[in-house]
Parts: sequence; structure tokens; C-alpha cells
Amino acid sequence: MTEAPDVVVVGAGMVGAACAYYAARAGLAVAVVDRGPVAGGTTGAGEGNLLVSDKEPGPELDLALLSAQLWTRLAAAPARPLASAGPGPDTTFGALAEYEAKGGLVVASDEQRLDALCVFAAAQAAAGVVAVPVRHDELAELEPHLSRDQVGGVHYPQDAQVQPALAAAHLLRLARESGAVVRLGETVTGIERGAGGRVTGVRTDRGRIAAPAVVNAAGTWGAAIAASADVVLPVLPRRGFVLVTAPLPPLIRHKVYAADYVADVASDSADLQTSAVVEGTAAGPVLIGASRERVGFDRTLSVAVLRRLAAQAVALFPRLADVPAMRAYRGFRPYLPDHLPAIGEDPRVPGLFHACGHEGAGIGLAPGTGLLIAQALTGEKTDMDLAPFRPDRFEAGESAAEGAAP
Amino acid sequence: MSETADAAYDVVVVGAGPGGFAGAVAAADAGLAVAVLDAGSAPGGQFWRQPAAALRARRPGALHHGWRTYAAWRGRFDAHVASGAVAYFAEHHVWAAERIAEGGFAVHALAGVARSSGRTVTAATLLLATGAYERQLPFPGWTLPGVVTAGGAQAQLKDSLVVPGRRVVVAGTGPLLLTVAASLVSAGAEVPAVVEAADPLRYARHPGALVRNPGKLVEGAGYAATLARYRVPVHTRHAVVEAHGDRWVEAVTVAKTDRAGRLLPGRSRTIACDALAVGYGLDAQLELAVELGCETRREPDGGWVLAVDDEQRTSVAGVWAAGESTGIGGAQLALIEGELAGASLAAAHRRRTVRGAGRQSPAAALAAGGHAGRGMPGVAAEGRASPATAATARARGTSVAPSLLLRRRSRLRAFAAALQDVHPVPGGWTDRLRDDTEVCRCEEVPLGAIRDAVTELGATEPRSAKLLTRAGMGWCQGRMCGTAVPCVVAELTGGAAPSAASPPSRPLACPVPLGILAGTGDGPAPRPT
Amino acid sequence: MNGFTRVGASPDAAFTVDVDGTPVPVVPGQTLAAALWAAGITAWRTTRGQGRPRGAFCGIGSCYDCLVVVNGVAGVRACLVRPEAGDVVRTHE
Repeated sequence: MTEAPDVVVVGAGMVGAACAYYAARAGLAVAVVDRGPVAGGTTGAGEGNLLVSDKEPGPELDLALLSAQLWTRLAAAPARPLASAGPGPDTTFGALAEYEAKGGLVVASDEQRLDALCVFAAAQAAAGVVAVPVRHDELAELEPHLSRDQVGGVHYPQDAQVQPALAAAHLLRLARESGAVVRLGETVTGIERGAGGRVTGVRTDRGRIAAPAVVNAAGTWGAAIAASADVVLPVLPRRGFVLVTAPLPPLIRHKVYAADYVADVASDSADLQTSAVVEGTAAGPVLIGASRERVGFDRTLSVAVLRRLAAQAVALFPRLADVPAMRAYRGFRPYLPDHLPAIGEDPRVPGLFHACGHEGAGIGLAPGTGLLIAQALTGEKTDMDLAPFRPDRFEAGESAAEGAAP
Repeated sequence: MSETADAAYDVVVVGAGPGGFAGAVAAADAGLAVAVLDAGSAPGGQFWRQPAAALRARRPGALHHGWRTYAAWRGRFDAHVASGAVAYFAEHHVWAAERIAEGGFAVHALAGVARSSGRTVTAATLLLATGAYERQLPFPGWTLPGVVTAGGAQAQLKDSLVVPGRRVVVAGTGPLLLTVAASLVSAGAEVPAVVEAADPLRYARHPGALVRNPGKLVEGAGYAATLARYRVPVHTRHAVVEAHGDRWVEAVTVAKTDRAGRLLPGRSRTIACDALAVGYGLDAQLELAVELGCETRREPDGGWVLAVDDEQRTSVAGVWAAGESTGIGGAQLALIEGELAGASLAAAHRRRTVRGAGRQSPAAALAAGGHAGRGMPGVAAEGRASPATAATARARGTSVAPSLLLRRRSRLRAFAAALQDVHPVPGGWTDRLRDDTEVCRCEEVPLGAIRDAVTELGATEPRSAKLLTRAGMGWCQGRMCGTAVPCVVAELTGGAAPSAASPPSRPLACPVPLGILAGTGDGPAPRPT
Repeated sequence: MNGFTRVGASPDAAFTVDVDGTPVPVVPGQTLAAALWAAGITAWRTTRGQGRPRGAFCGIGSCYDCLVVVNGVAGVRACLVRPEAGDVVRTHE
């Protein structure tokens, strides 16, 4: 790189890719640095859920709705095919990232759950979500192989899916076309600060990169990047397992899950929770995920978790009973105590922007996050109020308490 | 979808190849309650895979080496099965092994091949003897029907008495090639050529290892004599360049190479054939051990194997391993490792019974004291046995004193190391790939797609290349392309790709129907002693 | 000499299984892959992506290239499964 970038994005996962893309498109000189490859962390271990359906009204849902719009636009963005595809016309980012606007279907196994789901959906609808109640007799039309035991559900046409590693990689490829530089296999070892504590660049294992702004898009490892600038951002890992079946002919059309999932996502419990989201993929396998446990970075296989995922998937789609699970994988979602990401400039360290802590929703929320970060970087008015995502909100309580003390 | 949970045992042995087979016999000799789960139809593993019972072979060992050794072990194994000391579960495919809350281990298996059911077996300790599968390297045409693995051709011949073609070229590297070629010709196939990548002159670098293993030399000489009798030419320092054919293989082009494996110009020839049996050594099957957290190490040829101590204990308390999964070394070595493991297991259980009687669960006692330096009686840390040990061993009913076993083991390991040095994974093969050559068979990922992932998408190492191309994500879970993909990525990144820090993780050791997975239990707690 | 004479095999008479409508002889005890090889059939699966022919490759159950549907059960490895008389085998995809 001949000149210093305007911003260093730490992390080449989905969120880092989106930050780089929108910042580069806004005219900033961007450098993306990651100690590993593209999509080496949680992005490479996710299912690629772009969900509005699982979010209750509030800032996360607003961000999901903004992102859903942006995903639609991104999906149509022209992109060069890869060399191995042979000569041919331009394709789209969506095709390369296996984007599918397939919609979600949330189902309930009894009337009580269905009532709760419909109340939840009505509140979502008031917040701008398209949520269409589905009667028992209409379920088969949407999902011919769904168990008849489900009493009804809600159809969410805005839910969509991507292959997350491809999405991150192709978005970074587009960012590079807008001038971004991607430095892989380079580890950020510290954040440099100057007068007034202001960010002046990053140190890496290969040298230093001077830049007036740094974006912490390090996902599950975001706490360590924050700590290197002497601030606390309590990002913690929440383990998830995903089961992958053998490739099948198309069998499942939507992202289908039981209404209990909504309660799991919002749960504060450290215990194992599973509520299987079942979906087909462009490549053929059905994905069944994902469990949620807070066990640190423990990679130990848990057959009990896989059993529950399998049981829930079979309960939704009895035909899956004979289908082999071909593999399982695990990942660690980055979560913050209030289940909202940290997005925006850190008031404690001018020039340090955070874009992490999206828990299991990072793929879906990435475009909105990237756009908001780009707007914050360029000093534009942001499309959303960033107050709920303030990175210092976990210290605010303590300092307020201290201030209130006599 | 039935799920069977079996009573707990002292030890579950996974795999009934030479290592597991001998380990089970030795453990049962010492009075342990043993369960053996094996994918095969009869004990013996791939090495002693034998004609299916219904074929009623009068000379089942006619296609084997060392059949008398097998028969002797088989007799002891069968006696233990008959007495109930060993519970033997054939055609059981183990998909996971896990530590359970009560202590000990649960081993989850699928019984049967087509209509399978689930079975979970629990035990205080585990002996993993999961063997190996053949290492493969891609070349243009390697996905054509009729191109088979050398070991697979051998397995189907030993098992079902059928050869893959009438005219079979045998190629790759390693001692298995001569064995397979000899079997094929003696079963009526024509072998127009054995194509061996290695340079036989390298054997001269290991005079000691060869001289100390005369039995191995005799075995090798036997195969060579068979090949000479059938006039099978053996081309050393040769490589398969390409397999030709439209719907199936019709010919192969082979060529002389330099020492680095690169083709020498003008030294290729095309051989008509209707099958090609190919292999490049063995890769250990480590899924279960890796998920349990057992430490691994890399062999000189780059393959991952389990790290074990003198008693075949892995780094995880309560888990022993024997056979190819602890280092590729052949059936004789595996038998010895199995015996050592069985004796060590017996000693561990004895200590537990003496100390822990009734106060601790067996597994808890083993976890507390089974490892960490307390060895088999009489075996010092460096592996020498006291004179008293032999008597102890005899009293226990194991066949040979540990000291002698340890000496044999180190001699055979030296031989195995020499073989690996003579038959390394050859170089030069990546030069022969074309952009449309499939590197991953299952997901049909060509070299060009992997190049795109590296040059355009930001893959810097094998895992990201897999995520971005699906190479290694298919049915075989990267078993067939597991050697090739990292090499290809390393080459495309100009050698910048870091070599893997650990073997591949495959939480499911084989595919499991979701209905069976859904019904899997933890099984009963280990049997109190 | 072939494999059968080499080991002195004396199996019962072969039966046939229906492979995509074609009767294929199987000697009792043999794997399906071996029976197909013996019948001169080396390819019986078509790949999902490129529609290319495949058959048994690894021969020991590791590569899953030889998958067939046996009596309606998909994902069965032909190199491991031992057919019974009357089995109906369909090739994958």
C-alpha cells in the first residue's frame, strides 16, 4: 500500500467484509487485516441465516430490517464470475454467495404456542416485518414434507439465506474492486494511540499500519481487540453445533423452525438450548442448527446436543429420519450480555469503532452494520440511532452507580 | 429405528483388525469384560479380511500372508467369545465415542449396512484400534470408473473373490503395491505393470532395519517371486500421469520421473488396461480419538497418528490405542501393540480394583490413577521390563513377556520408519493436474476452483479453501482428498500456507441416520465392580 | 485360476438382484460391488454436479463413491452391503 489507509478493519469475517465494502464504496481507503483467512472464525462456522423472524421489536429488529433491504440490493449487485466458471456474462453477488430469498416458516406444535407466536408476529408486523399467519391446512402447501402435527405457523417472506463464507469472500472481493486492501495472515497485536488517546493506527506482527480509524470486527475475539485499546467490551462465546445431512434433492423450501427458537435466542441461560432451524442449501445438504451453550471455547463433542438437534429436525420433518447426518460442526457466537451488538465509535477511545458481538445474527446483520459504520466513519448521519449499540454501555451502569453513590 | 444400550464393560475395543483383535484377547485373557465393535463381517481387519462365510472357502488363507498367525489369534478370540468374556459386535460402524457423566465412555455405533439400527456400548476404558485407509493423490482421469484403490481391490478380492478388471495396472507407492499385484495375478488377473514412485536404491540407506526384520524380507521376497513367476514388470521411479477413457478406464499413461517425482521428458508409455489400482500409503483413522482430545503427532510422511506411550496409552486417561492409528507399521506390529495395550489395560483395572474397591466408580478410579506414570507392573518408563515381569505376564495368561514385546515393537517400528523413508508421498503430482482435474471427488471440485479460492477469495489454508469450494465437504468428509487439498493450497499460496496444527476434525466418524441419532442414549452407567 | 478356485470356495448357486431393471448375478456372501465388477459393471452412480459415471473406488467403505439405493434405502455403500435374493437396487441420482 502506497499511502496510509483511512481505516483499518480488524477481521475478515462477514461483518468485517461488510464494513470494508461500505467504507470503500463511501470513498475511504480501507485496509482489512485478519490473522487467519477470510471467514476463518464464526463466519465459517455459521449457517448463513438472514432472519427477521426471530427478532422481537427493538433495535436489533430494526437493524435486521435495514440489513434485509441491503441484502436484497447486494444480491443484485453485478459481479465478475470466477475464472474457473469459464468465460461468461457477469453474474451477481447473490448468485456467487448462494443468496436465496426463500423466506422463513415458524411453526407451532400446539395451540398455546401458536397463540404466543401469533402475538409475537403481530408485534413484529407493527414494527415493519412481513408476517403472514399460516393455518394448519395451509402448511403443506408451503412445506409438503412438514409433519402434520404442527398446528399452524407464521410465514416470513423477508427471511433469506446465504453461504456465509462465500458471502464474506465475495463481498471482500467487491470491496477490493473499490480499492480496499485485504491483508490476510497478519495478526493485529495492538492499537496505537496518540494525543488525547486518539487512535493512530495498529501494530501487527508484520509492522504497523498508520490510520486515523480502526474498526473492531473481530467477532468472538472482539474483546481482545478492545482490550488492546484498554477498554472493556465483554464479548463472550456461545457455542453452537450444526448438523449437516447428506446431499438431498430439494425437500425443504424455507427456513423452518419451531416457535420455541425465539425464546432460546433471547434466553439468558447458560444451559444448553436447542431449537433446530432446518433448511435446505443450494449445495444439497440440509442444515440443522443450532444449539446454544455458554461453555467458553470448549470444542468437546456433545452427542446429547446432536441428539436433540436431530430429534427436533425429525419432529418437524419425519422424512429426515432416514436421512444420514454426514457431519457436524461447531462454532462460537460472539455475544454481549444484552444480546445486542456493539456498533459505532467508542467514546472512550476516539477513532476506535466497534462492529462485533452480533451473536448468531452476524451474517444477517452485517450489511446494516457495515453501512452504519461507514456512515459513522465519514461523519454522515446514520440511518439508525446507534445509541442502543453504544460500545461503552456495559460500563455506563457501573459509572452511573458510582456517580450516584454519596 | 431401534436403539440398543448394552451393559457396561471394562473395556470397549473399537476395531477388530490385528491391533484390536490382539488387545481384546489380551484383555480378556486377564479377566476383563470386553466388548469389541467392528465394521467388518469377521475379525481380522483389512489385512486379514477373508472370504465371506457363505462363500465356503476351504483355503481361506490362500490369498493372505501370515494366515497361521491369524488362525492362532482367531482361535483365542473365538474361545473368549464362546465363554462370554468378549462380546463381539460385527458390522458395527462406530460414529462417536464420548466421555460420559458417570465416568467412562459411551461408544455409539450403527449396526448393519443398509437397514441399520443404533447401539450404544459403555465401558470404563477404551481401546481404539481404528486402523487406516489408503492415501490418495489426484491425477487426470482418477475419477473414471475402474480406477480403484489398491487396498480396495485387495479387500474385494479377499472378501468376495472378485478382481476389478481383467487387466489391472497397479500404481502408487508403498509395500502394499507388490502385495496387491501378487494377489491379483494369483487370482487370475493380468497385471501389465506395477508402477512404483519410489526409488529402490533408498533401501540401501536402511540396512539395519532390514537385517533386523528377516521375516519382512522373506514376505517381500515372496511377493517378488510371485510377480516374477507371472512376469509382472515393476517400474520403479515411475508415476501415473493420466488415466484415459470415456465411461471407464481404458488405458493409463505412466512415465519415468526424477528423484523429486517430476516427469522425465520422452519417458512415458501408455498401457491398455480395464482397471487401475492405485495407492500412496496409509492414513490413520483418528476421528474418535481426535474428538476425545487424544494428542496426535505427525509421521515423517506427514500423516497424523496418535501419540501413545510404551503401554499404548493415549494422552487421555482411560483411552488406549493400538495398530495403524498409532503409526503405520503393518499387522505384526499391530498385534504386538494390541497385546501391550491389553496387558496395560489389565494392569490398570487391577490397580483400580485393589485400591478403589467399592468406593469409586471404576472410571473415576482409572481417571485418577490409570495414567500419569503408573505403568504396567515391571515396565519401567523407558520400556525395559524387570525379570519378574515375564512370570507375571505368563501367570496372567498373556502370551509373551512385555519386555520381548517391547523389543519386537521397536524393531518393527524401525522397519516401518525405513519403509516410510523409502516410500514417501511422491512429489511432482501437482504438475500433472489440469485446471479441470477434480481434486475433491465427492463434491467434484476441480483444481481451478481451488485456485480461484486462493487467488480471488482469500483462502490461505486448507480449511478456508474447503469452506469456499466445498472440497472435502462431501460424503467422504475429505478422506480421499485430505492429502491433496493442503498440498495444492500450499503450492497455490507459494508455500505461505501454514501446515495444519491438528488433524481434521470429524465429529461424526461416519454418517448416521437422523432418526437413529435422535434416539441415541448415553447407555447405562459403567458396571460397578 | 481365479479367486474362487484359489481359496477353494464352494458357495451355493448365485441368485440375481435387480439393478435398475437388469438382473445381476450375486454369489451368496459377496458384496454388491464385487458382484457388479464380476458382471463387468464398473460404473453405477452418476454424480450430482457433472453427471459423471462413478463406481466403487476405495472398496472399504471410506469414500462413499459407490452409493446405491437398496430396497428404498438410500446412501448404501455397494462395497460393504451383501445383497440377498430379491433385493432391488437402484443407482443414485
